[in-house]
Amino acid sequence: MAEELLNFKLHVWRQAKADKKVNGSLQSGGGKMVTYPMKDISTDMSFLEMLDILNEDLLRKGEEPVAFDHDCREGICGMCSLYINGHPHGPEQTTTCQLHMRSFRGVKDIYVEPWRAKAFPVVKDLVVDRGAFDRIIQAGGFISVNTGVNVDANEIPIPKEIADMAMDAATCIGCGACVAACKNASAMLFVSAKVSQLALLPQGYAERKTRVEKMVAQMDAEGFGSCTNTGACEAECPKEISLTNIARMNREYLFAKLTSDNV
Amino acid sequence: MKLDAKIPEGPLAEKWSKHKFNMKLVNPANKRKYDVIVVGSGLAGAAAAASLGELGYNVKCFCFQDSPRRAHSIAAQGGINAAKNYQNDGDSIYRLFYDTIKGGDYRAREANVYRLAEVSVNIIDQCVAQGVPFAREYGGLLANRSFGGAQVSRTFYAKGQTGQQLLLGAYSALSRQIAAGKVKMYTRSEMLDVVVVEGKARGIITRNLVTGQIESHSAHAVLLCTGGYGNVFFLSTNAMGSNVTAAWRAHRKGALFGNPCYTQIHPTCIPVSGDHQSKLTLMSESLRNDGRVWVPKKVEDAQAIQKGLKTANDIKEEDRDYFLERKYPSFGNLAPRDISSRNAKTVCDEGKGVGNTGLAVYLDFADAIKRDGEATIRAKYGNLFDMYEKIVDENPYKMPMKIYPAVHYTMGGLWVDYNLMTTIPGLYALGEANFSDHGANRLGASALMQGLADGYFVIPYTLGDYLAQMPATKIPTDHPEFQKAEAEIKAQIAELLSDKHTKSNGKTVDEYHKELGKIMWDYCGMSRNADGLKFARERIRELRTNFWNDVKTVGNNEELNITLEKALRVADFLELGELMVIDALDREESCGGHFREEYQTEEGEAKRNDANYAYVAAWQYNGRDEDYTLHKEDLIFENVKLTQRSYK
Ligand SMILES: Cc1cc2nc3c(=O)[nH]c(=O)nc-3n(C[C@H](O)[C@H](O)[C@H](O)COP(=O)(O)OP(=O)(O)OC[C@H]3O[C@@H](n4cnc5c(N)ncnc54)[C@H](O)[C@@H]3O)c2cc1C
Ligand code: FES
Repeated sequence: MAEELLNFKLHVWRQAKADKKVNGSLQSGGGKMVTYPMKDISTDMSFLEMLDILNEDLLRKGEEPVAFDHDCREGICGMCSLYINGHPHGPEQTTTCQLHMRSFRGVKDIYVEPWRAKAFPVVKDLVVDRGAFDRIIQAGGFISVNTGVNVDANEIPIPKEIADMAMDAATCIGCGACVAACKNASAMLFVSAKVSQLALLPQGYAERKTRVEKMVAQMDAEGFGSCTNTGACEAECPKEISLTNIARMNREYLFAKLTSDNV
Repeated sequence: MKLDAKIPEGPLAEKWSKHKFNMKLVNPANKRKYDVIVVGSGLAGAAAAASLGELGYNVKCFCFQDSPRRAHSIAAQGGINAAKNYQNDGDSIYRLFYDTIKGGDYRAREANVYRLAEVSVNIIDQCVAQGVPFAREYGGLLANRSFGGAQVSRTFYAKGQTGQQLLLGAYSALSRQIAAGKVKMYTRSEMLDVVVVEGKARGIITRNLVTGQIESHSAHAVLLCTGGYGNVFFLSTNAMGSNVTAAWRAHRKGALFGNPCYTQIHPTCIPVSGDHQSKLTLMSESLRNDGRVWVPKKVEDAQAIQKGLKTANDIKEEDRDYFLERKYPSFGNLAPRDISSRNAKTVCDEGKGVGNTGLAVYLDFADAIKRDGEATIRAKYGNLFDMYEKIVDENPYKMPMKIYPAVHYTMGGLWVDYNLMTTIPGLYALGEANFSDHGANRLGASALMQGLADGYFVIPYTLGDYLAQMPATKIPTDHPEFQKAEAEIKAQIAELLSDKHTKSNGKTVDEYHKELGKIMWDYCGMSRNADGLKFARERIRELRTNFWNDVKTVGNNEELNITLEKALRVADFLELGELMVIDALDREESCGGHFREEYQTEEGEAKRNDANYAYVAAWQYNGRDEDYTLHKEDLIFENVKLTQRSYK
């Protein structure tokens, strides 16, 4: 479809002070929605390029630009976030950086908020702290091999379907949309994607029990909510990570608990 | 200054193993007495930090993103080379070495490139052991694809997300060391200076991007794994945050900068669509395995397409010019990047470009879809096709893709010796941040290989050799050199946030950046000439003066300040840009990605001048507006014969 110029009202969450964690609960840093009229925005622009334009205008007026996270702008680094008109990453099933203004033809009001979850405190404006995800991986999202292994890469063949399933799980970009989409702010889709990838591969077999136990324990410690199987995470995941990973993780977890050495 | 590359004696194939044996070791119990700083968490940085942590050193690792997993390496699509010869198609370490040295147009060091080819095989073993889900054949063995500049199939891949999977592998190893307490990770931290004490790198100064705090970190050695500087062009395929600041600040402290003018313009990117554009998107080179590159033979057809009167499908087979297949029959669409890019520019300059701007050529999958079926093509490249459709709003299964060259990678970088040490003792550069292995043109799928080779397999040895010869005494961060460096940075920040700038009506940081980028692209891009380069140098100096007079900023230091972050980076790009132009002007030959219009063969190919220019240009900084001093490292070729690169 041909390029079109859009006019709309952009409502953006502005928050100068960071949220704080006090005794496990989140203390808000304040903040409010601020409205900016936007004019002549090309449908060919990406959503973030639209925000770039807003920020250049604000800067010229001597006002603080809106802080938001982004880096690759190719949908792969997982740095961009934004809760747009009630959906993480906006109305399409993609990342915010890959969202284009052509998805907003005829829309008069666009609301932009940060990810909202107890485990993701707001740092400033639309920027949140997703360090909890890193800590979950540190708890066990790896295979314990040191640099310098001496096993030829082709020594253990892996059936193509298994390798492909592992790859599909490994596609997760760690953006946090699953948490933002979930009414309980559960991180199950994220955690299960890593657990699945490593449980599917023969290389990950040895540590599979402790891995799932430790990662789940860390997930709980970070304050993520529980999973009630509504499937909102899968529906909003820009990388189409499947709910079957959660089912697999539940099996892994149950099996680990029943046979665990860590009692 | 005499440049010593420290290349070990002996036959090419034995240099690295002999060197490894001759290097000194740090006794396991002593390793914990040494502190190492790793700046960067991309393939090079994460691999290095994890490996050094495993060995027992105390490591601090820094990145500017909110998580080490988001380093720019994550965006690499196509694959990673390794001389495994799993396909039994005649590959070998020597062939990978030869292809890479030739691909670099004979402007890289033989010994480094050979070592790279040698350790390439270990990389794949390592990654598979970490759980990297590479693509596999039905029999369960690893699959390969072909990349440009090679006639064997040696590229390992994970869909179109190879960088992501390799980085997540390195990130998981890094995470394990963080959990073990051997690596301390600093995210949202920007390194702003190297601290040199008694001639040795002994620490860095960082700015916490959330609180604005300026912090000193002391160590026994510093590793810069901070990536490339392609964003000097503003528009490039690099992530928005990629910058030269760490490398540039080290350069100002005395580290020589090698071959700054060698930049790679990648042939297959989504063309520029408008002024609002913030970055360019790569379409992986792997697509050239199945896509055919063409433009209309007739200018009239091209014009009709540009005006929207015709589409690609209206152009009959006999009216299409598959120019790469025509000019380079043996490599065809898989000709190396520099050559493919230049040829795309040439046909567009002749008026045969397509798209509404006329600055695009087709990459057509119709034949491949007819041959293998849409499902096969989807399985191979589905995510790339989807990305294309999202951006361009056109279905590439039905219409050929439109592509145009874009800045992608920088072969130049900090000069390092064989041990990856810069000219400042104790300061190392790894990955894209150094200049070392790709000469004047990098072959596809070899940056990932180099980043991981440097991080996993080279630095753990060479760093040990350096530390073994140095006392474990620590330097406190209240040492005058740390204080001086902190004070300088604070002064620079204070200047950028002074009334002069916050109350200025001048251009914004982005506007300066875009202007610099345009100068670089027009005069120091795909083709260059002396007059243009001289003009560009003047323009950049002028731009830099204006920047420091009136660039518009806002806010305070003590907060997350995105304008300040960008201003500090653009200030450094404004210096680097001038040096790139100076280097391009000095190099009176064409080689690889450096094409000087004055030096070309009759067929329009790059014409090297081996007698006078077979050297690495390593530049010394003498002050912001001072001239640079050139130091030359002569390249000595004992194993390959220098010929005109031919892909015909
Ligand atoms: C779109 C795209 C596709 C590519 N595809 C391929 C491919 O298929 N095959 C291939 O071989 N190569 C490919 N490349 C090239 C390759 O991805 C890069 O050259 C390589 O990943 C660079 O890795 P690195 O570790 O050197 O740096 P990077 O991954 O760029 O990491 C730099 C790190 O340094 C940190 N950093 C930078 N500056 C500072 C600072 N001042 N303070 C603190 N931290 C800092 C960053 O936070 C980051 O962690 C591609 C490149 C692009 C752009
Ligand atoms: S900016 Fe990287 S995924 Fe959006």
